[in-house]
Amino acid sequence: MEKLEFKFPSQALLAAAPPALCGVVGSGNLEILVRSGVDRQICEISVNTSARGFGETWRAVLATFAASQAVGGTSIAINDMGATPAVVSLRLAQALADYRGGAQ
Amino acid sequence: MNAPLPRVWDSLRQSRGKRLERAASLGFGKEIPVDRIIDLLEAVIQPGDRVCLEGNNQKQADFLAESLADCDPARINHLQMVQSVLALPSHVDLFERGLASRLDFSFSGPQGARLAKLVQQQRIEIGAIHTYLELFGRYFLDLTPNVALIAAQAADAQGNLYLGPNTEDTPAIVEATAFKGGIVIAQVNERVEKLPRVDVPADWVDFTVQAPRPNYIEPLFTRDPAQITEVQVLMAMMAIKGIYAEYGVTRLNHGIGFDTAAIELLLPTYAAELGLMGKICTHWALNPHPTLIPAIESGFVESVHCFGSEVGMDAYIAARSDVFFTGADGSMRSNRAFCQTAGLYACDMFIGSTLQLDLAGNSSTATLGRITGFGGAPNMGSDPHGRRHASPAWLKAGREAYGPQATRGRKLVVQMVETFREHMAPVFVEELDAWQLQRSMGAELPPIMIHGDDVSHIVTEEGIANLLLCRTPEEREQAIRGVAGFTPVGMARDKAMVENLRDRGIVRRPEDLGINPRQASRDLLAARSVKDLVRWSGGLYAPPSRFRNW
Repeated sequence: MEKLEFKFPSQALLAAAPPALCGVVGSGNLEILVRSGVDRQICEISVNTSARGFGETWRAVLATFAASQAVGGTSIAINDMGATPAVVSLRLAQALADYRGGAQ
Repeated sequence: MNAPLPRVWDSLRQSRGKRLERAASLGFGKEIPVDRIIDLLEAVIQPGDRVCLEGNNQKQADFLAESLADCDPARINHLQMVQSVLALPSHVDLFERGLASRLDFSFSGPQGARLAKLVQQQRIEIGAIHTYLELFGRYFLDLTPNVALIAAQAADAQGNLYLGPNTEDTPAIVEATAFKGGIVIAQVNERVEKLPRVDVPADWVDFTVQAPRPNYIEPLFTRDPAQITEVQVLMAMMAIKGIYAEYGVTRLNHGIGFDTAAIELLLPTYAAELGLMGKICTHWALNPHPTLIPAIESGFVESVHCFGSEVGMDAYIAARSDVFFTGADGSMRSNRAFCQTAGLYACDMFIGSTLQLDLAGNSSTATLGRITGFGGAPNMGSDPHGRRHASPAWLKAGREAYGPQATRGRKLVVQMVETFREHMAPVFVEELDAWQLQRSMGAELPPIMIHGDDVSHIVTEEGIANLLLCRTPEEREQAIRGVAGFTPVGMARDKAMVENLRDRGIVRRPEDLGINPRQASRDLLAARSVKDLVRWSGGLYAPPSRFRNW
């Protein structure tokens, strides 16, 4: 296992909402929990991954997510079992939509 | 003037006569007892012969292959094997046991690692790796077999053969051998009084032997819908909306992967909702993929011609004779040579997957330590310069590639890949493993499956790159980087140039196509399990046991 911590500046997500959970911890898949965070301009992401040595790929995938979506003020926890970046990006979009939906 | 050198003009016929005499002197008639097959092979095969062993990615003359491998290498040696596929352990045994020395073939999937080892040990000489159609072509020019060992479903007392739904390569092999002084030996699953139909007439067949068990057939084209991922659904949506619909692709071939299985299963749902029924995917050069059943049942598909058959599909095919090619007896007739010809000249699109793509769009399924060959993909996945008939899809692609005054069209050749394979292996690479394989094997060419200049589009989870619209090698490279996701090749993109390509419609994202990735749900698949496929078929599809989990 490897534990990675990231903080990205991101446009503030306006409404805080109940936590949203998306995905499953299974081979090639991952589980994402989105909660409200502390700093409205920052997206905090912690990753627990079974695949060691992909820190830079994670940084690139997550930075793209935080730059293209308003996710400031969220804290995201990821449990990963070797998901590809394609799956990670799809799950992040799903988790964020669930979280936003919860705020409506 | 010199007098012409005296020569014999019927040496092949004389050689054939001697071989048949040797067999007759051992008491053999046309029907060979199963326990004397090795005696027959040793009587009619001579050292140095070119022997065609029928075997492709489905049907295998496995009993004859094992029997040949059990012959005495002191009597039979230096054989030059010509065969579509090197698939069975016995195929490699021929070389390891010193019976055969040279190989011309097309595909070696399961035996790729053993084959590479034999090459490195210099115990095998590879003539060339071909596509199926090239190899068949050479059977009629410079690689005509002296002896062909083939597989048939049944023989009658005269020696007529019924090939069953898996006709496959047999007609091409028998035609080349029987009409150039060769010997044709068939293993059959059964002997019957009256055949359902005659696929090979008796006077093209010299000997038949009833094999102790039915010839092996690999269910190679069965994809379990349960294993299709949401990312594959997303890419399938992009392909349907961004390519199939835009070009109006009606005549096509699909590869065998899960990516294209996802497309087949989205036709009755997503494509139908887009109003594409009757406008795309009507005529196919395709094996009878079980995942095509829902599209057929929904009325999407008018016609399917097949290279071979697929295990469990016989009853369904027989009951859908408007769609599939079937004999008067009701069962399917496949034909690899004709279907490859259809794929080459009559299809407007090929779409398939690959293991590696480089910055020029060259693709390869070769990996280090394995010689896998090509099969039919390079025929399907190439733009045939000999094509002259027009179709809307072909014309549109041609005008994109060559401008409005184009005097020819262009085949759509689409590579559909996730940017990373399992274990985070990037599909997009700076250099294909094929180059290193070429160096380590001493081959004349790197085993490139589809050349970049034949590729029209690349579909990944990040988007679609239209290579037809690229005007310089730099644009092409950035278009490829622009859909290469978070692979090192993708991250090294020139962001400004990719955005410029996006403005010009050369690179398109899901949102540019009006697709929200979150809609990419497995719920869109018309069937989500093999059991669903059985249900769609009205119980006619009988999947092999390994695909039954209920």
